[in-house]
Amino acid sequence: MSSSATERTSTTGSSTSLGSNPRVVACGALAGHIRDIAARRGWQLDVHPLPARLHNRPGQIPAAVSEAGPATIVAYADCGTYGQLDELIKDTGARRLPGLHCYDLLAGTDTISDVFHVEPGTYLLTDYLVRTFDRTVVASLGLDRYPELWPDYFGHYTRVAWLAQQPTPGLEAEARRIAALFGLPLTRIDTGLSRLEAALAELLVVEESE
Amino acid sequence: MTRDDLLSELYDKTLVGNGPDVLTLTRQGLSDGLGPEALLYEALIPALEEVGARFERGDFFVPEMLIAGKAMAGALDILRPLLAETGAETIGKVVMGTVKGDVHDIGKNLVNIMFEGAGFEVIDLGVQVSPEKFVNAVIEHKPDILGFSAFLTTTMPMFKANMNALTKAGLRDEVIVMVGGAPVTQEYADVVGADGYAADASAAVVKAKELLRRRRALTKV
Ligand code: B12
Repeated sequence: MSSSATERTSTTGSSTSLGSNPRVVACGALAGHIRDIAARRGWQLDVHPLPARLHNRPGQIPAAVSEAGPATIVAYADCGTYGQLDELIKDTGARRLPGLHCYDLLAGTDTISDVFHVEPGTYLLTDYLVRTFDRTVVASLGLDRYPELWPDYFGHYTRVAWLAQQPTPGLEAEARRIAALFGLPLTRIDTGLSRLEAALAELLVVEESE
Repeated sequence: MTRDDLLSELYDKTLVGNGPDVLTLTRQGLSDGLGPEALLYEALIPALEEVGARFERGDFFVPEMLIAGKAMAGALDILRPLLAETGAETIGKVVMGTVKGDVHDIGKNLVNIMFEGAGFEVIDLGVQVSPEKFVNAVIEHKPDILGFSAFLTTTMPMFKANMNALTKAGLRDEVIVMVGGAPVTQEYADVVGADGYAADASAAVVKAKELLRRRRALTKV
């Protein structure tokens, strides 16, 4: 096991059943959820978020994770690194979340494959993407500077599907606004956070037992 | 404007994806008596190669690639009929598509533009192309090269499905198969039994020419 979790100083308050405060290097799109889950479960996690915009440049994710220092949990799925992230952490004792991407992680692989089976031209949103769409999608793909590229990016889509973790009327309205930008129907699929929570719990149990 | 000034201006405007200026300069070059080949090989293609290199280095991102690609595609629309008129035979025919279940097409479109620029005739089947559609296109167009593009881990296995469909139709040996896309590697191309792989559009052209040369040398014997 990585020695980092025991070497570093805790920043997260009183003790819980976890022996140390595991250091979690997390994609910015998951960090908020992880903190919420940790607070609810009484886990003391030391969460270090990395910019979610790395999604669009997955080649840079392994270096960013490495530069973020030692980690007990790498809160990323494979995220388009095509095994490079696994390669990076394989000798460090750190573990990553399962799945190809956060959509898998939040909704489950079966749901995602159903979604694409039913409608291959589906564009997926999560709560995080709904909340940050203008920054993480529009600006990140350069659509703020070149709005004329919208059809080049999204011309082949046939629906927008919102994988909803903690839906609120505000998020619902925002998801509708985004679907309207696409000029496409919106499907809402409630995923909750249970899969992310279970995946984290599993990694923490392994960590504790070592 | 001298010949060199015009070519260097055309290069610069393509590099930054200024579509209107690229069209104007292309027309001006032609009316100044520059041949379509000069415009293509001395400005447009080198510019797009530089765009690819900057993308690799991380200096450019997808939108910059897109606008440059579109600017060059606009110029190609003007040059295509003229190149055909010069009687220059196409060096080969390519059928290209993004595999079933996948709607990523930016990479594929750039490969198409570079293939066209290099003198290939390109038939683009678009996105979400099923194995049957690929097979039918091979029957209809008799291409030298068939290209599959995929960007998702979950759609890469369609390469194998496409290969199986070609084999079943008795067409596997009729065509050179090339594969590519962000998740694809040479190893994966080998596993699915493709003839060639390339990591970017410029490399795709080099590889295609090499494969074609090899095949033509073999069939001559
Ligand atoms: C732009 C992009 C999009 C755009 C696509 C727009 C379009 N019209 O294509 C949008 C935003 C719409 C999009 C959507 C999705 N995307 Co996307 N996308 C990307 C991104 C950021 C860049 C891909 C790209 O276009 N690069 C630019 C091109 C020019 O570069 P390139 O890939 O290197 O292409 C070259 C080579 O591959 C080669 N090449 C390409 N094709 C071929 C073919 C042949 C024959 C040859 C020889 C060579 C060759 O030449 C090209 C030119 O040089 C990648 C991440 C990344 N950086 O790779 C994610 C990525 C591919 N997407 C991903 C995902 C998950 C999705 C979505 C499911 C997300 C969602 N929210 O719904 C959907 C897909 C839905 C679907 N049904 O397909 C994941 C895939 C993960 C995985 N393991 O499968 C990635 C890796 C992001 C990540 N970090 O997880 N995406």
